[in-house]
Amino acid sequence: MITTAPEPIEAAPATPGGRVWRRFRANKIGMVAMAMVIVLAVVAITFFILDRLGIPFPMDPDATNLERKLLPPNAVNWLGTDNLGRDVLSRLLNGAYISLTVGFVAVFVSLFIGVVVGAVAGYIGKWVDNLIMRAVDALMCFPTFFLILTAVALLGPSIFNIIFVIGLVSWTGTARLVRAEFLTLRESSYVQAARALGQRGWKIIFRHILPNAAAPILVTAVLGVPEAILAEAGLSFLGFGVQPPQATWGNIIADGKTYILDAWWLILFPGLAILLAALSFYLTGDALRQAVETRSERQ
Amino acid sequence: MTAFIIRRLLVSVVLLFFISVISFFIITLTPGSPYPWGELNPKVSEEVKRVFREKFHLDRPLHEQYAFIMRDLFTGDLRSIKDERPVLQKIGERLPATLVLNLGALALSLSFGLLLGIYGAKHAGRPPDVITSIIAFIFIALPGFWVSYLVAIALVDWAAVPILGTHTIGVAFTDGAQVFLDRWWHVMMPASILAIGGIAVQSRFVRASMIETLREDYIRTARAKGLDENAVFYRHALRNSIRPLITGIGMLLPALISGAVIIENIFAYPGMGRLGYEAVLERDYPTLVALNFVTAALVLLGNLVADLLYAVVDPRVRLE
Repeated sequence: MITTAPEPIEAAPATPGGRVWRRFRANKIGMVAMAMVIVLAVVAITFFILDRLGIPFPMDPDATNLERKLLPPNAVNWLGTDNLGRDVLSRLLNGAYISLTVGFVAVFVSLFIGVVVGAVAGYIGKWVDNLIMRAVDALMCFPTFFLILTAVALLGPSIFNIIFVIGLVSWTGTARLVRAEFLTLRESSYVQAARALGQRGWKIIFRHILPNAAAPILVTAVLGVPEAILAEAGLSFLGFGVQPPQATWGNIIADGKTYILDAWWLILFPGLAILLAALSFYLTGDALRQAVETRSERQ
Repeated sequence: MTAFIIRRLLVSVVLLFFISVISFFIITLTPGSPYPWGELNPKVSEEVKRVFREKFHLDRPLHEQYAFIMRDLFTGDLRSIKDERPVLQKIGERLPATLVLNLGALALSLSFGLLLGIYGAKHAGRPPDVITSIIAFIFIALPGFWVSYLVAIALVDWAAVPILGTHTIGVAFTDGAQVFLDRWWHVMMPASILAIGGIAVQSRFVRASMIETLREDYIRTARAKGLDENAVFYRHALRNSIRPLITGIGMLLPALISGAVIIENIFAYPGMGRLGYEAVLERDYPTLVALNFVTAALVLLGNLVADLLYAVVDPRVRLE
């Protein structure tokens, strides 16, 4: 669906992907942010696998030890322990995959719905377009987080439901964008040529129009990941995230808030993790947007 | 103008219909029951269940349930399943506090967003712009609930800022000015934290719009006739950033109301967000449907106001 950037050719990148990559590479902040995203992903996958293999590293995230409860950061527990004596660092690393999974998969769901809805509205046009866009307008009037909270609370909090609901309510931006791209691209000469050659509608949509709208769609996708991460953290904080004993960044803060005046490390570190994760995706997405836009922002 | 308002109101009615249908089906089609007792509780007789279902029309097919809910909503008869008080009355009690909180946050977002955005545009592409951009993204990426707790730890002892409720408990101010100041003192913290994301979004928006404006022909003309760069920037270009300011109203409102759900809970602030959270916990379907409807109507109203203001300040915009 989305063309990935091919290997950069140093002299003169012939492909659009190569040109975008060359502009992206020149953006230092974007490169640092993307490196952070990759590190986060590697950490999340590594500790997910370690957890499934039953290797407690650095410690078992669920092992309680009441003799060592609420300890501030020390040589053994680098980020301290919580009210049950569990190691905060281990819990943070163990919870990383929840945030990133929700971020990526929810965006994939919303991208899928948004692209299909937007493509149908933009390609067919007329009353279909009108009907779909009014429904999109209506959805955009909802306070999204409240809608997510309502649906997750009623469906029951599980990682699948959280991903599904976040994806289901956050596709409207993508749909609008894809529709706008389709409205212009529909009239382009190569699409008319394809139509004159008798190609079918869905083939024109997916083979001819969609690849040409890939760049802005990719940008909204990357910028959608942190939104989903923050929504998951908020749900988790309110107690509607993935349920304990599984650690998530949001529920470590929720558990820690009882001990707010005694154990600042229970609040500070998971929050920093959420902030860093969301920030690196936002900065990567913004750098990507600048690389994709043909007009420079500088005067 | 009148024709435009009438048309927009008609479109809003259609949108509200869509909204009510969407929220009704999201809430009723999800599994789980709204009954105040456990589904299999043997102490509840069939008769009690039947009476309860009939009272809230839960024995009817879905489309009839929807019709009943909407009829009751408009006649003001819609009652909460939890305490059987009229839902509109419950929302009405929370509305003023919510409006103060959200409009306060909106004002903060727009004003500080404007300042940050102008600063960024003025130095576009240079280090000050890069720094303010990164600050803006940090603001967007900050989880509001986390900031609330950090601020609570830092400020309560140091500055004695209140973090609970809307007014000082146990003190009956008689002076109107004191009551007013007490309210503001209480709403200040939650409103500021709620505004953090809005400031950042608005600043990005203002910045982009200013940079766009600076490319316009009339700016080139102003420069060509030898005007001082500051005069070009602040007198000619800045006027146009009134437009993103107005668009910001319509754009920020849903996000603010969303954020308020968490912030109101942390600060024990009796607004609609907290009512919604309580209704979610209690599976109070009528309250949830009505809340979604009322907030969506408020957002639509905000958008309409924004569009009208747009036409007032920008003579190029014709309302058709």
